[in-house]
Amino acid sequence: MNPLVVEQVTVAYDRKLVLEDVSFSVPEGKLVGIIGPNGAGKSTLMKAMLNFIPRMHGNVFVYGKPYEKQRHLVGYVPQRNSVDWDFPTNALDVVLMGRYGHIGLWKRPRKEDVDIAMQCLDKVSMLPYAKRQISQLSGGQQQRVFLARALAQDASVYFMDEPFVGVDAATEKAIVQLLNELKMRGKTVLVVHHDLQTVRDYFDYVLLLNKRVIAFGETESVFTYDHIQKTYGGKVTFLSAAHIVG
Amino acid sequence: MAHAALPGICIAFLLYGQKSLLVFLIGAACSGYIATVCIQFIVKHTRIKEDAAIGIVLSVFFGLGIVLLTWINQHEGGNQSGINDFLFGKAASLTGSDVNVLTVTAITMIITILIFFKEFKIITFDRAFAQGIGVPVSLLNGVLMFLIVSVVVIGLQAVGVVLMSALFITPALAARYWTEKLEWMTLLAGVFGALSGVAGAYMSLIAYVPTGPLVIIFATMLFLFSFLFAPKRGLCNKMIRRHIERKKLRSKQLMYKRGEQL
Repeated sequence: MNPLVVEQVTVAYDRKLVLEDVSFSVPEGKLVGIIGPNGAGKSTLMKAMLNFIPRMHGNVFVYGKPYEKQRHLVGYVPQRNSVDWDFPTNALDVVLMGRYGHIGLWKRPRKEDVDIAMQCLDKVSMLPYAKRQISQLSGGQQQRVFLARALAQDASVYFMDEPFVGVDAATEKAIVQLLNELKMRGKTVLVVHHDLQTVRDYFDYVLLLNKRVIAFGETESVFTYDHIQKTYGGKVTFLSAAHIVG
Repeated sequence: MAHAALPGICIAFLLYGQKSLLVFLIGAACSGYIATVCIQFIVKHTRIKEDAAIGIVLSVFFGLGIVLLTWINQHEGGNQSGINDFLFGKAASLTGSDVNVLTVTAITMIITILIFFKEFKIITFDRAFAQGIGVPVSLLNGVLMFLIVSVVVIGLQAVGVVLMSALFITPALAARYWTEKLEWMTLLAGVFGALSGVAGAYMSLIAYVPTGPLVIIFATMLFLFSFLFAPKRGLCNKMIRRHIERKKLRSKQLMYKRGEQL
């Protein structure tokens, strides 16, 4: 059974369609890159799948059941700038938030939750910063804290909204390592991605998106010159596109 | 929020005919809710940003509230009812039963916050994530809003509508300077608020000045003190640290220079 099946998702803001009839189905244990120009609806697609914004039409199935019933199986890493990093809390606390779904309403985190949070911080090499105030972390470190939080949630399917934006080379490498580890553990990960150069190295599958699905499938066969041109409306020059496709 | 509550309270008074915290609470909640809907409507359907929309809606609601308040004072024997104290607050106008209501509300609030602390924390820090892990965000947000409206209505009599929002924000801002933990910040904000309340009410008795402005002045003094003298985030300590660092750097440079000369 495929961990994620998206059927004919359509989203509109004020009658203007921003996503039209988006359907795809992801096999287990794959890293999927969602690629497309600005305004193509990449973040919108993620938010619509997670029910943050209403879908005009369409269904999302997680392991065979509607998403609404399977929320606990889906982990979400929002864009880093979506929260106020001056909030009075430390890195460990933020990662602990990933455990809230397991802890349940109005109960305190147990020792094992703290242990799991510490392990997750360790996995993104942030253990020394556990007690550090989040406003004093660099952009890359903040991104790693967000990833650690998603790990602590222990989901089966992960949605990550632009985790590579504005991070240094070391963090980028750490994120890639983490993605591969998740994949080894049979997790399915969808990543909104901007850098066309790295698509072939990072992802097993790609979803080329521009309001509708231009192409979806294994990177090898789908990430082609023609499809890229079609996705970006011919704005990628011949030379750079040829370079990207390799 | 406090500004938006005023017309609701006035209308509730006009309909009910006398002072009653419960009726005022309902009125305030209704007009607060309508104001929120107006703000969201403006943000959604125009190009106006949220802060501007809040400014527009709140000033209109506040203006409406003042008009109603004036009208009540002139027509309904408002002076006897004490509703005009709502503008600047008069702690002395609180009756014994008001104090009971205050106590019960305060205890209920503290318990609610203790129970849902973890949840309130996550929905204020990262609402989208909270929703994703199945926290009942809209329900908790409703609870939080209800707490805020209750505080506004209850605080109105003591501090007055004009300064209620200041009393909301200032103690929390001051507390932020002393701690990096939300738990301590919440507790400290409560302590600062209580201190300003006691000092303001006492001064107002002695000096025959409305309570609200005095409470706010004390709260602001606490804020200024925190802003200047808090150990880590305070301005003075920051300047002293910077000065020491600069001195260190200068003596280092000096040593290098001497080393070169030798």
